[in-house]
Amino acid sequence: MASRDDIKFLSNPNIGKKRQKYCRFRKYGIKYIDYKDPDFLLQFVNDQGKVLPRRITGNSLKYQRKVATAVKRARHLAMMPYVTDLLK
Amino acid sequence: MKNYEVTFIVDPVLSGDEIKATAQTYVDHLTKEGCTIVHVDEMGLRQLAYPINKRTSGVYYCIEFSSETGELISSLELALYRDERVMRFLSVKLDKYGVKYNQDKRDGKIGKVKKKEKKSKGRGQDSRSNSNSNKAKAPAKPAPKKAAPAPAPKAEVKAEAKAEEEE
Repeated sequence: MASRDDIKFLSNPNIGKKRQKYCRFRKYGIKYIDYKDPDFLLQFVNDQGKVLPRRITGNSLKYQRKVATAVKRARHLAMMPYVTDLLK
Repeated sequence: MKNYEVTFIVDPVLSGDEIKATAQTYVDHLTKEGCTIVHVDEMGLRQLAYPINKRTSGVYYCIEFSSETGELISSLELALYRDERVMRFLSVKLDKYGVKYNQDKRDGKIGKVKKKEKKSKGRGQDSRSNSNSNKAKAPAKPAPKKAAPAPAPKAEVKAEAKAEEEE
């Protein structure tokens, strides 16, 4: 008899399933976000240099706030732009 | 003890000695105020993200120090404001994680962690963009990742499903 492993689905059951978002700071235990590291902060802004919302990055509130302050500090020190186009 | 960090950008038009002297004045200023210098990081000449005072590059310095009181900050900032050689500065109070982060960075522990993250990110993007060219590689790489947390039979099903996707 066909066991559970042998069953093949006609359509892929994973299609349409959303990937679970997670906070990378929680997951990897990153406690401090460095404002002097623009390459890292680039992951949290869109190509206009705006901070991405939590619903896209999946950060927890605590770390989203820290990301936002780090980005603002980096902008002040001209490590990241205030306004641009085609940042990435 | 409170830990602080002051980052400033020195005018790149000055000669190398003058730039070093500028940084040294603030180190001296801080030691005179009775605080202990933890580290002076010379980040070197960097391109600015936007022009400041019609300059497109600057020499970055970062001084990490600790002191008993926070009263010296205002005098330090006033000196930085008045100094024409300094284009921009930022003074920040560090929490305990910040101190640890800086210590780890000096020991060379931080770079490795970030590289790993970047690699994994790069892989994801690569598999998406080069899905046609890397047909053979693409299903092999994500499969072991998913196999670790998930129970074995489910992972197999997923792998099969992925293979079907590719086809």
